[in-house]
Amino acid sequence: MSLASPDLAGRQLPDRLKTPLQRFLVSWELLLLSVAVAVFVLNSFASPYFLDPWNLSDATFNFTEKAMIAFAMALLIISGEIDLSVASILALSSTAMGFAVQLGADTPVLVLTGLAVGLACGAFNGLLVTGFGLPSIVVTIGTMSLFRGISYIVLGDKAYTGYPSDFAFFGQGYVWWVISFEFVLFALLAAVFAILLHRTNFGRAVYVIGNNPVGALFSGIRVPNVKFALFLLTGLMSGVAAICLTSRLGATRPSIAFGWELEVVTMVVLGGVSILGGSGTIPGVVIAAFVMGMVTFGFGLLNVPGIVMSIFIGLLLIAVIALPRIARRLLARRKV
Amino acid sequence: MIRLLFKSREAILGAAILVLVAAIASRFPAFVAPSNLANVFNDTAPLIILALGQMVVILTRCIDLSVAANLALTGMAVAMLNTVMPGLPIPFILLVALCLGALMGLVNGLLVWKLDIPPIVVTLGTMTIYRGIIFVISGGEWINAHEMSDTFKAFPRAALFGLPVLSWIAIAVAAGFAVLVGRTPLGRTFFAVGGNPHAAVYTGIDVGRAQCAAYVLSGALAGLTGYLWVARYAVAYVDIAAGFELEVVAACVIGGISIAGGIGSVGGALLGALFLGIVKNALPVIHISPFWQLAISGSAIIIAVAFNATSSRTKGRVILKKAEHAL
Amino acid sequence: MLAKGIEDAPPHRGESSAPVLSLTGISKSFPGVKALSGVALDLYPGEVTALVGENGAGKSTIVKILTGIYQPDDGQIRINGEPVVFPTAQDAGSAGVTAIHQETVLFDDLSVAENIFIGHAPKTRLGLIDRKEMVRKAKALLDRIGAQIDPGVTLRDLGIANKHLVAIARALSIDARIVIMDEPTASLSHKEIEETYELVERLKADGKAILFISHKFDEIFRIADRYTVFRDGEMVGAGKIAEVGERELVKLMVGRSVDQVFPKRTPQLGEEVLKVVGYSHPTEFEDIGFTLRAGEILGFYGLVGAGRSEFMQALFGITKPSKGAIRIDGRVAVTRTPNEAIGHGIVYVPEDRGRQGVIKGLPIFQNVSLPSLKQTSRNGFLRLAEEFTLARDYTQRLDLRAAALDQDIGELSGGNQQKVVIAKWLATKPRVIILDEPTKGIDIGSKAAVHEFMAELAAGGLAVIMVSSEIPEILGMSDRVIVMREGRIAAEYEGADLTPEHLVRAAAGITEVRT
Repeated sequence: MSLASPDLAGRQLPDRLKTPLQRFLVSWELLLLSVAVAVFVLNSFASPYFLDPWNLSDATFNFTEKAMIAFAMALLIISGEIDLSVASILALSSTAMGFAVQLGADTPVLVLTGLAVGLACGAFNGLLVTGFGLPSIVVTIGTMSLFRGISYIVLGDKAYTGYPSDFAFFGQGYVWWVISFEFVLFALLAAVFAILLHRTNFGRAVYVIGNNPVGALFSGIRVPNVKFALFLLTGLMSGVAAICLTSRLGATRPSIAFGWELEVVTMVVLGGVSILGGSGTIPGVVIAAFVMGMVTFGFGLLNVPGIVMSIFIGLLLIAVIALPRIARRLLARRKV
Repeated sequence: MIRLLFKSREAILGAAILVLVAAIASRFPAFVAPSNLANVFNDTAPLIILALGQMVVILTRCIDLSVAANLALTGMAVAMLNTVMPGLPIPFILLVALCLGALMGLVNGLLVWKLDIPPIVVTLGTMTIYRGIIFVISGGEWINAHEMSDTFKAFPRAALFGLPVLSWIAIAVAAGFAVLVGRTPLGRTFFAVGGNPHAAVYTGIDVGRAQCAAYVLSGALAGLTGYLWVARYAVAYVDIAAGFELEVVAACVIGGISIAGGIGSVGGALLGALFLGIVKNALPVIHISPFWQLAISGSAIIIAVAFNATSSRTKGRVILKKAEHAL
Repeated sequence: MLAKGIEDAPPHRGESSAPVLSLTGISKSFPGVKALSGVALDLYPGEVTALVGENGAGKSTIVKILTGIYQPDDGQIRINGEPVVFPTAQDAGSAGVTAIHQETVLFDDLSVAENIFIGHAPKTRLGLIDRKEMVRKAKALLDRIGAQIDPGVTLRDLGIANKHLVAIARALSIDARIVIMDEPTASLSHKEIEETYELVERLKADGKAILFISHKFDEIFRIADRYTVFRDGEMVGAGKIAEVGERELVKLMVGRSVDQVFPKRTPQLGEEVLKVVGYSHPTEFEDIGFTLRAGEILGFYGLVGAGRSEFMQALFGITKPSKGAIRIDGRVAVTRTPNEAIGHGIVYVPEDRGRQGVIKGLPIFQNVSLPSLKQTSRNGFLRLAEEFTLARDYTQRLDLRAAALDQDIGELSGGNQQKVVIAKWLATKPRVIILDEPTKGIDIGSKAAVHEFMAELAAGGLAVIMVSSEIPEILGMSDRVIVMREGRIAAEYEGADLTPEHLVRAAAGITEVRT
């Protein structure tokens, strides 16, 4: 082809206007990181017990399970969908494991059961959203009631206990010194999701779909397949969280993880993921997890009841979105 | 033709409810005794009131997840007011409840309007905040029946022409909304804002202000329901009506109110709430564990949204003359 | 560099009557952009003033200022000599200014009557909307403009032309003295366009002052009485249409003399690349068949809604045909998804660039590499360096104007966005490129660049399909033209048969030659 003919060739464009470092300096992640550091410092001043390694280790349980779900939720929200049924998937998955225990299942079977139920629930959501073209927010409000409803039908006001002793490792085991198995799993999954979102074609497709689903289709991206995969992934991660939480509590009640969907969404949004889709990062969600976990833990040490912490979380959620908007508006006003 | 479809959507839901009631009645005739039906309606009244408020919010492309927390906080506030000043007249209590609820709605509305924060985020946030404030003001204590004055508790239960006041309030709110939505400029504005916000701006409608107005309405109704709820059950504590916001949204979805905004009707919201109310009340009658209720309402939401989606799916363009005749 | 045209055509002031609306010294800035600087505009009762300018000249900004959506930073708006301000759209409306937009801004789920009267519905004594009165008044208004529309039907059930009529009825209902029509004929059929012109005449006769924004010179010369030209946010000329020529107007618009010249080509046709046989769809098109050779530009002409885009999208795998087959290089190719089409070397530059072409929110280089990720990545893992190389290469060939490759594509002008879309498809090394209205809504400069590039592509051996509704473009670029009408191929022309008369007749379905 004669495309390279000199009369047509224009200027070569530079790759980047800003270096990655410059971008980081004005990023949400840096702001969030400063908040995390501030919370850490404040906590260590506020309570002498805070800096104790075992206390810190305990504190990680406040966010590890939720964060596992939040990683998958982040991808789903970036793609422009949402799954409000995650806590209910967790409950159903836990109920299924409890049921399997009654049938005499051993730990490997329990793990498989938990993961399989998570996947199945994710597939159900994904099918309704991508197969029938229904809005995910309504579908998952429905399945949120349905999945937990099934747990209530199975369990009523009873509880499953009697999990095998080696099953306890997932939620209570330590890999080395104060480093719990859950924390290691959290770190590992953070890395896996960061690579998946930021370093693979699949992750790129997630961003493309979130910014312009029609354009994605017209660019040859299999939009329904990607979305279905994301619902599967979210279901699977809810199953993983179910294994950890069930193992940690050693019992399953139908009200397990009640209200977690909101905390998970808060974590994702706090992490800088746009609730409208199209932007956000996994490192942001990781830092948000730490912030939320440490705030909860710090308040706990100060004997502030959990419900009061929720006020703080709610304020945080609104503030982190409102403040940049107010700042931008003030800046714009000054310019004009 | 599409208009007919919308009308028929409510008709289908109405028919489904009739079939449901008939099926129950065939085995348990006591269920359709007028007194029992009145009971069911009275039981569903709070859901009806909140669903109507939620409807206008959803019409404007927003959602209000804070209604249950608003209800609980207002309920707690008026209950505390009552314990401190038992002599306060009921109209004053009602006014306080309405204003307090409207104020919380206004907070939601202003955040959506002035700061342009996505509605789901705003109300997720205020939902936890309002719930937390109940704990702060009550110290986590319950306010029980014996601490409330008799007039305070009696109001929603007082019978008027054979129906409790609570039922009459739901009927009045429904009638008021029918007028508001169908016959007032504000009501048409809600549809315009949700149907085509871009066009609304060009016709001189302030989209944010309309959304804010919807939140204030929803909040005021949640506040009103807060008092009625606390007085009816004669107890106030942090967790009353926990998770009720989802039942309210469910009633709207089942009633055919489009979550994408701009489509919905008072009749739809009413029927959606009644459907859930009948299911809830029928379960013990037909000897099914009440634990089934959650799963049933979940399934109802999914079926309703699937049904609405398939009936309003846009068809491709018809260009061929032949195809036009065939259709 | 200022055009000489300014001195040639000094702004006229109305001699016969005073302007009903007069703007002076209007300026408006946005962060980083000066959209309007000190522009003036006069509108006269009973006259049509055409507002002409390239995209980005400030036309839509002035419309938004006139309708109260934006506030000017500086300058004055006068109505009948009295200074006015429009803090909100409501204020502009009550001052008698109304706008009819290219995409009708009405409410699909409300009734026709409600659409006409939203915001100012007749009320009963109780302050409620008086439905009966509203429907009666709506009927009267629709009758007045000769529209056969039932005020009770939902707007969604109407076609675009009828929606325009509703918008005009709305304009009459608020007793607007000033009617702004923003490219009202952009997506209308020939017949509907004629009806729109009739309506404009009727509004003129009613004494309305009309601001008519259009890119079509033939219609400007047909219906406008006056013109005002904007260029880069400035008013560069105004006067009576009778005293100006088309070339002069274009010169004012672009600031230099531009004849719409199409690149000269001597097509060198190669092997047959694409053969389509009996392509059919249940409702959109039927029995479409043709062949396309390497190096050929095949034009698809037809009226809006003739099924051209629908057929192209089926070829590209967006929709599924019910019958028919495709052969690429003689081998049967199945394109059930865009992915399969791309795999066979068929790519599609869509008409709706904003929705289907570019991914706003993503940087330029990611837009370019999007369909080529399989090549730039390894085992599903991204390689950014490869993506940058690819993007640098192809954006350079298209002479893309941008700050850097990591700039958000949404910040580019329409013409440059189109270049990115073409670049992203060229990067896949296609055999057949389908360009659907490739120069729609882009400025004259970019238009010429796109045409030039199309010619280069064909010369380079690519098979090109171009869908266009602009006759000069079709005639100037195509080697052969297929005319579609009502979902079918109506005619095919090449060589000496390729004349405007033939195309228009075939598209409109006029078979007999009138003598």
